[in-house]
Amino acid sequence: IIDLYIVFAVVTALIQIAYVAVVGSFPFNSFLSGVLSCVGTAVLAVSLRIQVNKENKEFKDLPPERAFADFVLCNLVLHLVIMNFLG
Amino acid sequence: MDRNLGILVAALLLVASTCESAIFNPVSESHRSAASELLSSADGSFGSLEETYEALKTFEVLGIEKKPDIRTSACVSAVKILSSTSSALKDLFHALRVNGVLKCELNDQAFPGIGSKLKDSLNGASSLLDFYYSIGGLILIKDQTSEVDVHISDADRIFRSIKALSQSDGRWRLNSNNPESSNDAAGIALEALSGVISLASSEIDSSLIATLKNDISKLFDGVEKYDDGTCYFDEKLVDAHGHKGPLSASASIVRGITALAAVSSENLNLPGEKVLGLAKFFLGIGIPGSAKDLYYQIDALSCLESIRGSVPLILSLPATVLSVTKKDQLKVKVSTVLGSAAPPLSVKLMQIFVSGSKDASVIDQKLKFDPENSVHVLETLPTNVDVGNYIFSFEIIFDEPEHKNKYATGGRTRVPIHVTGVIKIDSAEIAILENDLGSVETQKKLDLPGESAVALSANHLQKLRLSFRLTTPSGQVFKPHQAFLKLKHDSGVEHIFVVANSGKKFEIILDFLGLVDKFFYLSGTYDLQLTVGDSVMENSFLQPLGHIELDLPEAPEKAARPPPQPVDMYSRYGPKAEISHIFRVPEKRPPRELSLAFFGLVILPFFGFLAGLFHLRANLKNFPKSIHATFAILFHLGIAAVLSLYALFWFKLDLFTTLKTLGLLGIFLMFVGHKTLSHLASTSAKLKTT
Repeated sequence: IIDLYIVFAVVTALIQIAYVAVVGSFPFNSFLSGVLSCVGTAVLAVSLRIQVNKENKEFKDLPPERAFADFVLCNLVLHLVIMNFLG
Repeated sequence: MDRNLGILVAALLLVASTCESAIFNPVSESHRSAASELLSSADGSFGSLEETYEALKTFEVLGIEKKPDIRTSACVSAVKILSSTSSALKDLFHALRVNGVLKCELNDQAFPGIGSKLKDSLNGASSLLDFYYSIGGLILIKDQTSEVDVHISDADRIFRSIKALSQSDGRWRLNSNNPESSNDAAGIALEALSGVISLASSEIDSSLIATLKNDISKLFDGVEKYDDGTCYFDEKLVDAHGHKGPLSASASIVRGITALAAVSSENLNLPGEKVLGLAKFFLGIGIPGSAKDLYYQIDALSCLESIRGSVPLILSLPATVLSVTKKDQLKVKVSTVLGSAAPPLSVKLMQIFVSGSKDASVIDQKLKFDPENSVHVLETLPTNVDVGNYIFSFEIIFDEPEHKNKYATGGRTRVPIHVTGVIKIDSAEIAILENDLGSVETQKKLDLPGESAVALSANHLQKLRLSFRLTTPSGQVFKPHQAFLKLKHDSGVEHIFVVANSGKKFEIILDFLGLVDKFFYLSGTYDLQLTVGDSVMENSFLQPLGHIELDLPEAPEKAARPPPQPVDMYSRYGPKAEISHIFRVPEKRPPRELSLAFFGLVILPFFGFLAGLFHLRANLKNFPKSIHATFAILFHLGIAAVLSLYALFWFKLDLFTTLKTLGLLGIFLMFVGHKTLSHLASTSAKLKTT
């Protein structure tokens, strides 16, 4: 599910880049915030996947709920910044 | 020989005389219009009775018609005071004066009562003003009715009482307690004493009158004088209202001596020069600015008009600027101070002095009398009178010798005359000369003051010479006040040179070699302008002559820069050019349809995500049940709330409100999230262990 989510985020970012390639980069801040929100959420999903993966020895002691809570919190902060930057 | 003697005598007279010349004009229309203006009242009254009387007297002397409403309101106040038994002495006096001028309808029975009241005040009077008002009132009653006996039996005593207040310098004190004496009080005292003399039932002791003559001559000894023959009586003290000054003091004394001269059987031997000087003083103040000052002036002049023994005659000139070119005639008018006709007399022009120098010439020419306009005319000016400033000395000679005892003319009257004329300019030429040899390279004749436009060129090794001659109408060499040559460069830098005269010619030579520095090494076209002017020159001119191309060498490094020219004020401080704001060109936006299409495209991955989830058979089996479901639901709702808060933030909220709300939501979310996730964690831990 997480992988699917990551794919979804990345595809959305790519579509936005294609849009900018077509129409130009005005307003640039909006483009950036859109792309970075997708990329950022993809990155957070990746880190969640790493932490939740039972085969990963590094995060053996970390409960997946805790990882999920971090994922939610970081996403909320990311999206606050994104909304501010969106303009 | 005769001419030399004449000049010597004239020179001696010039040294001996200390009088300057001045012009005095008798009372004219401007006084009448000033009176109408100053003495106009809105409602027909002038304030107090004293002011009303002053206004009425001024109108009477100047011959101005009174308005009927003035008469009505003045009469009402006057009659009220005269009919009342408790009126003050001063008010009675002023009311009687007003009645005397207006002849109001007063009950004849009032006069005896007023008369006896005045006599009682007179008997008990101690201060000068009490004496003045009582005696003045009695005299006014005498003029207004014959039924009341106003004669005073003990005139001698009253005379001595008033005399007791006099000082040794001819001035009077107002009462015995007040040590200050004044000229104003002296005038009042003289008027009062003249009243005593006229009201005395028996002849006053002649020795007393002789002492009075003495007092008057002492008073005149203390008169102040100006250089132009004007005399006045000054006051040492000026009261708080500022009413007492030279004008009121002099007017008071004039009233006093006029009254005394009228009642005295002998001649008072008033000094004619000083009486004329007083007349000149009153005329010399022109048109006074206040009603009171106007009254003092007019009242004093009306007294001088009829003073016994030395009526001043004023010699005035309607025009003191005469043109030799236009052949103006010198006109002289002789009249009394109020402008009335003088007795038959003739005017002689005795001498002409040149202003500012010791030259004088004796003329002794009689002016012709024009009876139609009542002026004495000098048809042609003497031949030696050229343009310039002169002082003409006139003498008045009476046709009947006995008039000399009645009128005061002041001997010789000196009047400044300004003689102008058209000045001839000839032999005007401008030339460029070679420096060393002085030979003429270019020479052009100029037609001054007409138009001329010469075009010259010169370099720094040459000189410019301008010369011309100025002649007066009578052929003399003329030296004007101003003779300037101005050179103005194209850039605005100006240089002004004074054209000096040598003998008969005016000449200026500009040596460019020496002036190169002064000209700031500026080569180019210089405009030439000649200015010749004088106050006696009727054709003063400021004439552009043309231009000169100057070729000067290059300026060395250390040379002075030309001064910055004044900026055109309008260009610096005037409105500036309008700036049209160039707005930022808005960025090119993509067409709406394209944007909407991409919007649709962006939404697609989400549906793809949902489809993927469905494909992966994602489920909610692990969703907490019963009570924990609430927390789970609240957790999801909390996340949704935060996301919708973000959406609101983008639409309309500001960051601070958002952060505040986010803080609250975050706390809630933390709580429910912790609850849900800890429940899930404990559930999965239980599963692991079992």
